[in-house]
Amino acid sequence: MLRVRLSSTHGAADPPNLIRLAPAKGVTMYHPARALAALASLALTGSLLGCSTMGGDDDKSADESGSGSTTVKLVTHDSFALPEDLQAKFEKDSGLQLEILASGDAGAVTNKLVLTKDSPIGDVAFGVDNTFASRPVDEGVFEEYAAKLPAGADQYVLEDIGDHLTPIDNANVCVNIDTGYFEKLKLPEPETLDDLAKPVYRGRFVVPGAATSSPGMAFLLTTIAEYGDDWPAYWAKLMDNDTLLVDGWESAYQGEFSQGGGKGKRPIVLSYDTSPAFTVDEAGTSSTTKALLHTCFPQTEYAGVLAGADNPEGARALIDFLLSPEVQAALPDSMYVFPVDENVELPATWAKFAVQPTDPHTVDPAEIAENREQWLTEWRDVTTR
Amino acid sequence: MAELKQAAALSVRGLTVAYDGQDAVDDVSLDLPAGEVLAVLGPSGCGKSTLLRAIAGLEEPESGSILFDGADLVGVPTHRRGFALMFQDGQLFGHQSVAENVGYPLRLRRTPRTEVRARVAELLELVGLPDHADRRPDTLSGGERQRVALARALAVSPRLLLLDEPLSALDKTLRERLAAELRDILATAGTTALLVTHDHDEAFTVAGRMALMRAGRIVQEGPIEEVWAQPADPDAARFLGYARVLDGAAADRVLTTAGLPTGAAVALRRSALTVSDDGPLAGIVVASRVTPEQLRLEVDVPDLGVLDAVAPLGTHTAGAGEQVRLNVDRTRLAAIPVD
Amino acid sequence: MARRHHALSRHLTLAALALLPVAVLSVFFVLPVSGMIARGFWPEGSFDPGGVLDVLRRPRVHRVLWFTVWSSASATALAVLLGVPTAYVLHRLRIPGRSVVRAALLVPFVLPTVVVGVAFRELFGESGPLAFLGLEGTALGIIAALVFFNVAVVVRAVGAAWESLDRRPGEAAAALGASPWQVWWTVTLPALRPALVSAASVVFLFCATAFGVVLTMGGLRYATVETEIYLLTTQLLDLQAAAALSVLQLVVVVGLLLVAARTRATPSGGTARVTAPAQRVRVRDLPALSVASFTLLLVGLPIGTLVAGSLTVDGSWSLDNFRKLTTKGDNDALLVPVTDALGTSLRTAFDATWISLTLGLLVAVVVTRRSRSRAERRVRGLLDGFFMLPLGVSAVTLGFGFLITLDRPPLELRDSPMLVPIAQALVALPLVVRTIVPVLAGIDDRQRQAAASLGASPLRAVLTVDVPAVWKPLLAASGFAFAASLGEFGATSFLVREQEPTVPVVIFRLLGHPGADNYGMALAASVVLAATTAIVMLAVERLRVPTIGAV
Repeated sequence: MLRVRLSSTHGAADPPNLIRLAPAKGVTMYHPARALAALASLALTGSLLGCSTMGGDDDKSADESGSGSTTVKLVTHDSFALPEDLQAKFEKDSGLQLEILASGDAGAVTNKLVLTKDSPIGDVAFGVDNTFASRPVDEGVFEEYAAKLPAGADQYVLEDIGDHLTPIDNANVCVNIDTGYFEKLKLPEPETLDDLAKPVYRGRFVVPGAATSSPGMAFLLTTIAEYGDDWPAYWAKLMDNDTLLVDGWESAYQGEFSQGGGKGKRPIVLSYDTSPAFTVDEAGTSSTTKALLHTCFPQTEYAGVLAGADNPEGARALIDFLLSPEVQAALPDSMYVFPVDENVELPATWAKFAVQPTDPHTVDPAEIAENREQWLTEWRDVTTR
Repeated sequence: MAELKQAAALSVRGLTVAYDGQDAVDDVSLDLPAGEVLAVLGPSGCGKSTLLRAIAGLEEPESGSILFDGADLVGVPTHRRGFALMFQDGQLFGHQSVAENVGYPLRLRRTPRTEVRARVAELLELVGLPDHADRRPDTLSGGERQRVALARALAVSPRLLLLDEPLSALDKTLRERLAAELRDILATAGTTALLVTHDHDEAFTVAGRMALMRAGRIVQEGPIEEVWAQPADPDAARFLGYARVLDGAAADRVLTTAGLPTGAAVALRRSALTVSDDGPLAGIVVASRVTPEQLRLEVDVPDLGVLDAVAPLGTHTAGAGEQVRLNVDRTRLAAIPVD
Repeated sequence: MARRHHALSRHLTLAALALLPVAVLSVFFVLPVSGMIARGFWPEGSFDPGGVLDVLRRPRVHRVLWFTVWSSASATALAVLLGVPTAYVLHRLRIPGRSVVRAALLVPFVLPTVVVGVAFRELFGESGPLAFLGLEGTALGIIAALVFFNVAVVVRAVGAAWESLDRRPGEAAAALGASPWQVWWTVTLPALRPALVSAASVVFLFCATAFGVVLTMGGLRYATVETEIYLLTTQLLDLQAAAALSVLQLVVVVGLLLVAARTRATPSGGTARVTAPAQRVRVRDLPALSVASFTLLLVGLPIGTLVAGSLTVDGSWSLDNFRKLTTKGDNDALLVPVTDALGTSLRTAFDATWISLTLGLLVAVVVTRRSRSRAERRVRGLLDGFFMLPLGVSAVTLGFGFLITLDRPPLELRDSPMLVPIAQALVALPLVVRTIVPVLAGIDDRQRQAAASLGASPLRAVLTVDVPAVWKPLLAASGFAFAASLGEFGATSFLVREQEPTVPVVIFRLLGHPGADNYGMALAASVVLAATTAIVMLAVERLRVPTIGAV
């Protein structure tokens, strides 16, 4: 017969399929002590680190709620950038701490300011542009401040708005092209808005949408300025010509433009008159792109002291600072815009490649404010399926 | 039914099944004649359930063959084997009513609806639950659930019914009653069935044949009375419910007293020794306990050690320390040949 | 008397426990959102519900609503169709490295949409290798991206349920003659239904409130309720219309949560989780395997594209993009180096994690204590649903709401540095609650009673019974909260302060500034974020706790 093993078979390996199925109701005990320790340490380090995460700011906010005079808060859009040393200089010279609240595009910032006009979220705002200027001023978001403007800045001051908003920088939204592309294919370069709707440029233009992007909105205004009430027909032609509509400037320029950061294939893109200065070859002798100067719409960005600010004095100091020659000179490299101060020397590549239009299209800010919603609705109807 | 012995319906030959790299079933051979019920009895972990799963087609054997009516089943998927499987806790489908559960295999076979209804009623009648058709499984007691599971398993008259510890989850009284019912139902239906269990009472009540399994192997197989009367080895005896196994001189003395040939080990049931004034063995009571049936004693017999013994109620009041004499009932012991 | 006193003190204790989470959610969610909605209903200071109703009659709103519903429904259906076979393969079959794959699948779930937009464009865009599919700017492209984001939710929830599924009913059915397909249809699917329905409803919620994906993939050709709220609020300041849509959104969310709660009520799993051993791969698994491969491809390709892009400089392989992460990018595009932002991200995520854990644990305890009356049970049910609401509300509404409601004492909180972690914690809270509640609910109350009978005080009973059961799910929940917080962009971008941006915010900025370096850095930062997420998820994976879809 068989050799028999020990009779106690309970120690033998149970077939897992059977044993595990026993529907043991209840809880398996893990290591309670370890679990406790883990939880406790989690909670502890959590609170400790939690404090340390935000610790540095706690004193700051304490200061704010106190006198409100040691900090100045700047509300701006998410493209705002300024070299660190300049920020440090401002803080040193003014004795104020600069806090920057940057989120959303110009539109979001403007609407944020309008919504919070009764208890402003900062002291000073930067980034409201001429296409958005009317509404916040009408709503009483800004306090007047007659800053001492540098030479040449006068031309950007808006009628009806006057001292509520101070011009800081400007640039033109223009169609850009990849010059090498057209050279290679021996195609004529497009020059006008009309050209963009021609069959030869079919499928070659990419533009950020007016509803989601402020340069997109500027381009819509360009077409409105150019075609008047017939602008929807032009847009219909553009869409028929396989124009690619994307959500923002990033997608258009970085994603789809053949000279952008990505592997885009479209040689015509909506961007700025300053963009060619960023596509200069290593030698600095030529740019691979150029702006079409008949397709431009000027965008001037303004700063304003917020009505009801905790620190209006600091706000005014910051506006003065933004108008100072140092900041004005830093604007091209930091934010890709022209300074309003005509005496500021531009970077070499700018002087050469960032060519400004002489006679851009314009639309009156009040008219924009009045019609924005309707235009956008119409525009979406033309472009949205 | 046992008289109608035919050629084996199920025939397992040299079956080896690995589980997690170990042989859970090791070279097992079995025969199950048509219409009979075979119980595979063994402690948990002995591989009996793996054997059952392999027969069901739920585990793939490493080697060996499983034949049914002469046809090799290896490679035939579970659902084409024409068997039915009933688990310990029934495994009713919680989202279906009792009637839906029972009718499930019929619906699988696209049986007309009226026919399903009739058959379900018939089956519920058979398992004694005619009024439970619309109940949900979670409203049933354990015993009712098992009956429904049985009805479901019998619905399409399986060629072979596989029962995996069908009654183990129930309490003792219910288990005994249901085991008897199960036997009757299987007999009525003439079902060939293979039952695996660790409970020898369940095996005795339900099955006609028995295979003892241990550590993946079949230790002993045969008609249930035979296995019971002649356990193959001491461990088998203990598993079959024998209280004590003696060997050597102690065994010889008991065998001699019982008038049996010596030279074997001997397995004693609890009632193998009875108190009797003229009994051949003498001992001192160590402990005693009254049960509804009889008086149970532990008696220290010189040279044999402490043994179990019984006395009819009312005849003795044997307390600890009392001297008693014991008779050996030869029908309640089994001689186990020594290799 | 004593009895009544006892009941009262029990209620008081529970109310005290619920107080903190309810207060936090009220202040940081209900107040801001209702503040924004109120602006819509009281446009000029006077109540004008008619104006809101008028909005709902606009044909454009109908179009937007219809598109939202059908695109989300299709994406959900597709996620389920792909997710279920994938769950089977990754949770039931013995596949080498499956835990790594499972962790990787969760990466998209926490990737910022800007990054996904870039990845999808690199792949499906006009210049991408899959441009021939013509997905860009189509509804199908949006749906594909939604599936990319959400398929892991289905895989995870269904996989976990599947893993702990008793396989014997299926075996019993097979033995009764059910073919594998019949077993799946009549036994397995009904058993998976609760997990499936709740995963699907969560996915639907995520899809219906998706924002960035619709903008980047849809190319403005399509508008959903969420993008419409964004446009109405930020561009047009049409608060009436935005309020109308927000209310609409809330109604849909509440409805869905009710449906999910109902299916959840079906008993499932509990704590007595058995993990079925993985099976060997068989020929009949081939269809499931091919679907799973497709899913992995769908998730893997965009991520792969991202990684490849991050390793490419001027057309050749290079690590420069990663090296530059210590800088502020071309022309100081950033105020801080990306590495600093990573530090901020990690610290913020840490804060968000412990906040959501604390709140989540309190909520879970209150929700799972055994109710002594129907009214009590109903209150608990409401409470449970209440904390799911942040899943279904537009970040724009919440962000603007913060600004207009938390602006004066005693709630002058909008400048608080804790606002970002708190907002992120609110987003993570549903995940935490959903992870812990099933575990706590699965504990047999008699265990606590047994402990009490042995002389344990209520606190001690909790320590002996609840804590040991819950610490693993708790750690897992913290992993999810951490990852969700790492990837959170909508609310964060609104609240973050420029000097302390998180990685998604930095990525967005880098993409917004010209210069090839900035673009490459954005890709590299995305890869770092994805890798961090994957590591956290892998750690969670080791804890083997189901979640997310368990709503």
